[in-house]
Amino acid sequence: MRTSSPVRAAPYAALLPLALVTLGGYLGSIAWTVRTSLTAARSFPSDVFVGFQQYARLFDNERWLVSLDHLALYGVLFIAACLALGFLLAVLVDQNVSGEGVLRTVFLYPYAMSFVATGVVWQWMFNPDMGLGLDWLIDEARVIPALVVATVWQSSGLVMAILLAALRGIDPDIRKAARLDGIPAWRMYLSIALPLIAPALTTALLLLATAVVKLFDPVVAMTGGGPGLASEVPAKFIMDHLFGRANIGLASAGAVMLLVPVLALLAPFAYARSLRRNRA
Amino acid sequence: MFALHRVAGAAVLALGAWLAAPGVAQAAPQAGARAAVPPAEVIHWWTSGGESAAVRVVVDAYRAAGGNWQDSAIAGSEQARAVAINRIVGGKPPVAAQFNTSRQFHDMIDAAMLANVDDLAAREHWDKVLPEPIQNVIRQSGHYYAVPLDFHMPAWIWYSKAAFKKAGIAREPASMEELFVALDKLKASGLIPLAHGGQSWQENIVFMAVLANVGGKDLYLRVMRDRDPRAIASADFRRVLLTFKRLQGYVDRGSPGRNWNDATALLITGRAGVQIMGDWVKAEFSAAHQSAGKDYGCIPGFGAKAPYLIQGDAFVFPKIADPNAVRAQKLLGQVLVAPTTQLGFNRLKGSIPVRTDLDMSSLDMCAQLGLNIMKDRTRHVGIGEVYLTPDQNGALADALTIYWNRNQPVEQAQKAIAAALRN
Repeated sequence: MRTSSPVRAAPYAALLPLALVTLGGYLGSIAWTVRTSLTAARSFPSDVFVGFQQYARLFDNERWLVSLDHLALYGVLFIAACLALGFLLAVLVDQNVSGEGVLRTVFLYPYAMSFVATGVVWQWMFNPDMGLGLDWLIDEARVIPALVVATVWQSSGLVMAILLAALRGIDPDIRKAARLDGIPAWRMYLSIALPLIAPALTTALLLLATAVVKLFDPVVAMTGGGPGLASEVPAKFIMDHLFGRANIGLASAGAVMLLVPVLALLAPFAYARSLRRNRA
Repeated sequence: MFALHRVAGAAVLALGAWLAAPGVAQAAPQAGARAAVPPAEVIHWWTSGGESAAVRVVVDAYRAAGGNWQDSAIAGSEQARAVAINRIVGGKPPVAAQFNTSRQFHDMIDAAMLANVDDLAAREHWDKVLPEPIQNVIRQSGHYYAVPLDFHMPAWIWYSKAAFKKAGIAREPASMEELFVALDKLKASGLIPLAHGGQSWQENIVFMAVLANVGGKDLYLRVMRDRDPRAIASADFRRVLLTFKRLQGYVDRGSPGRNWNDATALLITGRAGVQIMGDWVKAEFSAAHQSAGKDYGCIPGFGAKAPYLIQGDAFVFPKIADPNAVRAQKLLGQVLVAPTTQLGFNRLKGSIPVRTDLDMSSLDMCAQLGLNIMKDRTRHVGIGEVYLTPDQNGALADALTIYWNRNQPVEQAQKAIAAALRN
């Protein structure tokens, strides 16, 4: 009895730093941001509370509103393209091709590099005078698709890695059975493998969705938000107002608004998982 | 995007310099003499080639005066200011920090975070010698809070003599109408008429140039300083906006997103005729071994009464209790305004000195033009940031870049600008 109590305390003691970091570093910062968003803070935090005035200003701001539009368009295109391309790449590598290791590395490598560096390369590619000779970055209608192309190049490798691991986890007997039944390979992947790897797809979707919400460095590296305001995104709005424009109240309101879609994505996911756990 | 490159490289260099600085100082022979003087950390954003050469003048003068300069060069002005503010709020302030001579540091004055420099101001007679817009922005309720180091004029009109010759333009444009005639000729001869970097801050500069030259000083001040909605709705201001938009018709396809120095390069190579930009472009011309009057021309404004826009760099001194740090601050203040520092620094920086009692003959032709205009105090006006909060200035830039890049009716632009300046 007496000896077992320190043993039981040990795991909790080990978890304590994590709990402190989570409570202080994450939840504390969120609480502080919410508080700041309710004040009249400019360069510094302030104790002058102004209710939801910053939010009213935020949604009266044309740049914030177009930033949200851009993010929605970008998000749909980026997630769809990443999932589709990532799945195709995973299926390709799954064919037991020779040089699989090399291919996997090649596809995953862009994800390992900072986009501040690779974004510069993409900016050159889209420069009308050099690279691909495309003029997408100076065209208001095509600047978002240009960002999608560059970031899909970066992120689809990650989706491939996740989905490939899931494909490899499928019971070999199922594949054998499908082959014996004469089911064509594409049918096997679409109708049998895809439903089986749904949890991995969800993981990939979540990672991509958070990448969309925090989209920042590709914009800074490739377009600076231009031409005009055609590629402005919420994270850049927040960063600009946090520092250059010395308005941390408004920036905090923007940050809180960005947390909302993240929570909206996470909540059903967490709920579904808890349901599953209860059933099991 | 060359700037990003450079910013990243400079950041690494700056970090390296910062890490290496104490080591270097110890290795230096004078280290023994300086050992007693505690290091004085100075945050600034002068990291490009010409800028670091200029700041070296200040560093050397400070060390010669017995100070122990500890360099914290941070690439990117916004980044450097953010670091300075965070350090001050966090209770570990630097001895001095660079800001633009603007309202960027007013929140810090309001929060009583800055030490005043009244003794220096009195000794240097700032009440008499400094241009009024500068006095008004560094002085709050009777106290001075920043030491100006240089004056830049952001709205110069630069032109390539080679391009003008090719287009058959014999005479320097002397009015806005003549400028448009020249631009048409440049266009007709297949050159890029207006070399413009399509980033919102550069559009802001073109706008200020048009507002000053087409609208005049009165309208300029009513819009930028008084934020007067009636002035913004007026027919005169409408004419300013239409002229601004008319200039957009003379930029090339590759303009959006271009950096200012890449636009200057178009002038240097003779591929473009005109650029509207601050006097820091002289560093680019010098680096390409081109000189004012011979290879390129500079127009400060049209007419003998055109407003001369003033912006500049200044140092602020955070309030610190440590008497050593206070001594270091006082010493730095004296070094910054000393005649040799002023002349040496500004010659390399492309700006003009804040002192008026110097022998300026060693400065280039464009600086001479500027100095001459500066003598007429009625032509002094501040740039937007001197009158507007950073937030208002940013909102104005957003409204202008929409108008510049899109087919927005001018009335709508007037409304958007009024809204941007309302808060």
